[in-house]
Parts: sequence; structure tokens; C-alpha cells
Amino acid sequence: MKMNQIVFPLALALAATLATTGCKHTPMKVTPIPGSQPAPVSDNNNSSTLPPGQPINNDNGPGANNNAPGGGPTASPDMFDNMIKDPAALAANTIHFAFDSAAIKKSEDANLSAVASALAGNANDKLLIEGNCDERGTEEYNRALGERRALAAREALAKQGVSPDRIRTISYGKDKPADPGHDESAWSKNRRDDFILLHPKPGV
Amino acid sequence: MKKIIISLLTIGLASIALRGARAQEIQIENTINVLGQTKPIPIALSGFTGEGAEVLKFDLTVQGFSFVTPDAAQYLVSGSDVGGISGSLTDKFAKRVLLSRSYNGASLRRQAHAFANDIVEAVTGKKGIGQTKIAFKSQPSGYGAGEIYVSDFDGANAQRITTDNAIVAKPAWVPGRLALYYTSYALDNPDIFYHSLTTGQRRKIAAYSGLNTSAAVSPDGAKIAMVLSKSGSANIWVCSAEGTNVKQLTYGVQDSSPCWSPDGQWICFATERNGRRRLAKVPAGGGTVQYLNTTGAANPTEPDWSPDGKWIAFTSQMGDFDICVMPADGGASPSVLVGGQNPSWAPNSRTVVFNRSMGYRQILSVLDVFTKQSKDCARATGSSSQPAWAK
Repeated sequence: MKMNQIVFPLALALAATLATTGCKHTPMKVTPIPGSQPAPVSDNNNSSTLPPGQPINNDNGPGANNNAPGGGPTASPDMFDNMIKDPAALAANTIHFAFDSAAIKKSEDANLSAVASALAGNANDKLLIEGNCDERGTEEYNRALGERRALAAREALAKQGVSPDRIRTISYGKDKPADPGHDESAWSKNRRDDFILLHPKPGV
Repeated sequence: MKKIIISLLTIGLASIALRGARAQEIQIENTINVLGQTKPIPIALSGFTGEGAEVLKFDLTVQGFSFVTPDAAQYLVSGSDVGGISGSLTDKFAKRVLLSRSYNGASLRRQAHAFANDIVEAVTGKKGIGQTKIAFKSQPSGYGAGEIYVSDFDGANAQRITTDNAIVAKPAWVPGRLALYYTSYALDNPDIFYHSLTTGQRRKIAAYSGLNTSAAVSPDGAKIAMVLSKSGSANIWVCSAEGTNVKQLTYGVQDSSPCWSPDGQWICFATERNGRRRLAKVPAGGGTVQYLNTTGAANPTEPDWSPDGKWIAFTSQMGDFDICVMPADGGASPSVLVGGQNPSWAPNSRTVVFNRSMGYRQILSVLDVFTKQSKDCARATGSSSQPAWAK
């Protein structure tokens, strides 16, 4: 840097002298700088190879026990450790939403009742609600909208007597389309909540 | 610039150049930059070929210069990229050589970025962005699993920094440091992680039940704003850089995409009010939410506050997505600039990186908000989005 600060004004002064002595509009040839060094360009450290990301462990980071002041009304994530996902059990009960809406349609009542009875039938089972969006929204807006859709179903199930403690929500935004197409037929399938029944692992 | 002027004072010969430099500074201060409508600075390039010319054109175009014939140019850049970059910059109107320099070391590309920076600084008095970095996410299929990447701001020298094969989102730089926060579903939930780019070390920052996403680091690096849904809806929360001292700031029905004002006093975010999408800001320590007026740019999301505090860039959804910029003080309506999403300001407060649709995938692009000139970044495979400019 020191070198630059010296070389640059020297070059400027020299060049200014040349300019005032009659250099016109013609593009200049590179002006050699007598006795000076070229400006060194540093290869800053992040252009060399970055080390790979280390594994991330499911250890006790902040949030692992939902231990924020005030506590949240959502269930602690570690309650859902050691559960086995059963995506087939409630696959027929997926509910769908209108564009940019998290309001649960009246027509989805039967699906929600089926989900509620499945949980009522086995007190040890829990539920994962996956909220999803179509592709017509910005990414993080959709991630929030997907969560809102999952939480809306959780609230509806709570009204049918399911304890919210048994329900975990996850939003995939537009990252998990049921149909990867780009028309209304695909979009209407993608604006949805999938219900995944969770069974306790045998012996746990 | 100050340093250069002081050094010049010590050289008697340079008195002419010094007067010239001062006159020019005044001229630039008088230039009023109008969003999307400012006339670019006409410049002509000769003697450079291949990669050197490509880098100079890219860097200068996205910092307000346009390339014209020597007759139409105010500034002439001539030089060579044989055996390294060397070149000179002449102000044709003032009949003065502003810069004459050769470069060695690193790569030819990096030398060209350094020369572009010197040209920007000589003409505008502002620091160039040629040596800056971005982080972004890239997804092979346009949705689902992806990885976080870091590259030069023009997309060159991209390096993958995660190998989790999981959904990732919203990388955010720690100001002045080689470190990122981002969202990853690697543990089967959207959680926020800290990732040191010097050691590769990673730490879980927020992994509450539900959504943990959109980390944004405060200008002093001490706090994180983010979206959590642990209280029963997606809202803006803040915590320490380590993830402790979590505090809820907003209570809307659906809040997303927090960003900080450069003085650290405000957090701007996307929200909903009376069924309409709005931008709003809340004091970073908590307080009353103030709604911003974005009339003319419907369905605003993804705000990003410029480092000089003057502007807020955001995405508007009016059918397709558009990059918009408005004065942060609300003094004027937003300007709709180009099609795209996820704007992130460069350190110079005039250039923005964003992603735009190309077919059904996203590519990164760089925009000069005053002249509305843009250039697409070097293509990565798959779909690249959510760029974050290192500051």
C-alpha cells in the first residue's frame, strides 16, 4: 500500500506534465514509470480455497430446548426426537389453500377430522405438519407463508381437541413442490399442508 | 483521495494536477443521482482484450460508466493485458492523464479489478467494488436441496462452502469478517447456523420449533435479527451473535426478511397489514412498528437498506417480480428498476446484486441503480439466488 501511495502521485505528476505539453485526444500509450515498481495486487485470503464446512451436530445450541424467555406456545423440538415418520398414513388427507392464503377452507373439514381421529386413536403418536407454497412468491415470504399454513392447521386441530404439544410444524416454502410444473394445475397442488404421522421408535 | 492530495503537495511539479483534482471533486459533488435515470459517464477502452477487457467493462458498467467510441467519451482508458494489466486513464475534456499504472501479482482478473477500482476512484472519488465478494445459494433443480457458495461479486471464482445436500436459505455476512450466517434444513428443520469461512467451524444459532430463518447481522456484528415462529406466528426476533438473549420485536400475522439500518437503530422487514403486504420498520431495541409508504410498488418484500442509509431496495410483486429502490426517509415514491428478486447492496451504496428469472431457474445479476445498467454474473450450474454482498 505504501508503494502505491508513492507511485500513484508520481505517475500523476509525470503524466500531468506530459498532458500539458501537448498530448491531445489520441488514446495514450501506457506511460512507463521510470524506476517504479508495478502496483502489487494482493490475492486476498478468500480467493484461495476456503476450508469445507465442518459437520453440524444436533447438540445443545440455542433453541435446542426452546428455552427462550417467555417460552413459546409451540412444542419443544426434542420431544420429536426418536420418532419414526409415517408419510403414508395421512397422505390422503393433505389440505390445499387458495393463492397467497393461509385460511383453511370449509371443504377441508373432513381431512382435518380424519387427522384428529388418527391422533385420538393412538396417544403415543405425534404429528408433523409440512406447510408448502406454490412458486409465485419471493423465497422468504413463502417460507413464512408455508409456516403460517402449517400453524393454521395446528390451530384447527387444537380446536378439535388435539393437544398442540403433539404437533410440530415445518415450512418448506416453495422448496418441496408436489408437482414441479409451472401452471395453475401444479400450483394448486403445491399450496398445501401435508400431514406426517409420527410413531414412537420401538423400545424408546 | 485525501492521502493522494497530501502526497501531491510534497511534489512541486504536481500543482497543476492538484488544481485539476479539486475542480473535479466539486463537479462530482454537484451531480444529482436520479434513480434509474442518471446519465452514465462515457468512457472508451482500447488495447485490452479477452479477460482484462471483460472485467473492466463489467466493473465499470455496474458503477455508472458506459462504453462509447473515443469521440463520444470523456474518459479514455488505454493499456494492455499482455503479461499483466497496465494502463492509463485520460480525462479528454481536461486534457489530463489521471492515472497511469501497471499491476503485478495475483491473477490477471484480480489485476483488472484493481485497475477498475483505481479508475472509479480517480473519476468519482469513491472506492470501487472490484475486489468485493458475494455469498449466495445454488440449487441444482431450482427448488429443494442446495448449497451455499461464495464468489467474487461478478460470480467468478465461485466456491461451494457447504456439502450438506440440504435445503439452504438466506446467507448473511458478518460485517468486515469472513463469516456467514445462513439457514439450513440439515437437521430436518429450518435452523440458523454461523459458519466461519476461515476455519470451516459451524455453530447452531437458532433451532427453535418451527421456523428459524433470514438471519441479518447488525452493522457492529453483535446482534442477529431473524424470523422465528416459536411464538405461534412468523415474526421478527433479535438475539446476540451467539444466539443468546432472544427477544421478540414484532407480532404481525406474517413477518419476513429483516434487515438493519446502517446506524443499527432500525430493523426493516416485510409484513402484512389489513390483508396487504407492506414494508415496515421497528426500533432494534423494540418499540412501535412504523409502516413505510411504497405506493406504486405493490406487494413489497425483501427490503435491504443501503450502507449510506439513504435508500431501501426491495422486491415488488406485480405479476412478475421487480427490483425497486426508494429513499429510506420516505421522501419519494419507489422507482421500479428491473425485473428480479432479493436485492443486496454493494458497499458503494449504488450497486445492487439480485437474482432474476432465466427460464425456470434464477441467475445472479448486478445493477447500477442510478443508471439502471446491469450485467449478469458468471453462470453457476443450477439455479442461484439470495445473493448477499459482503460489506
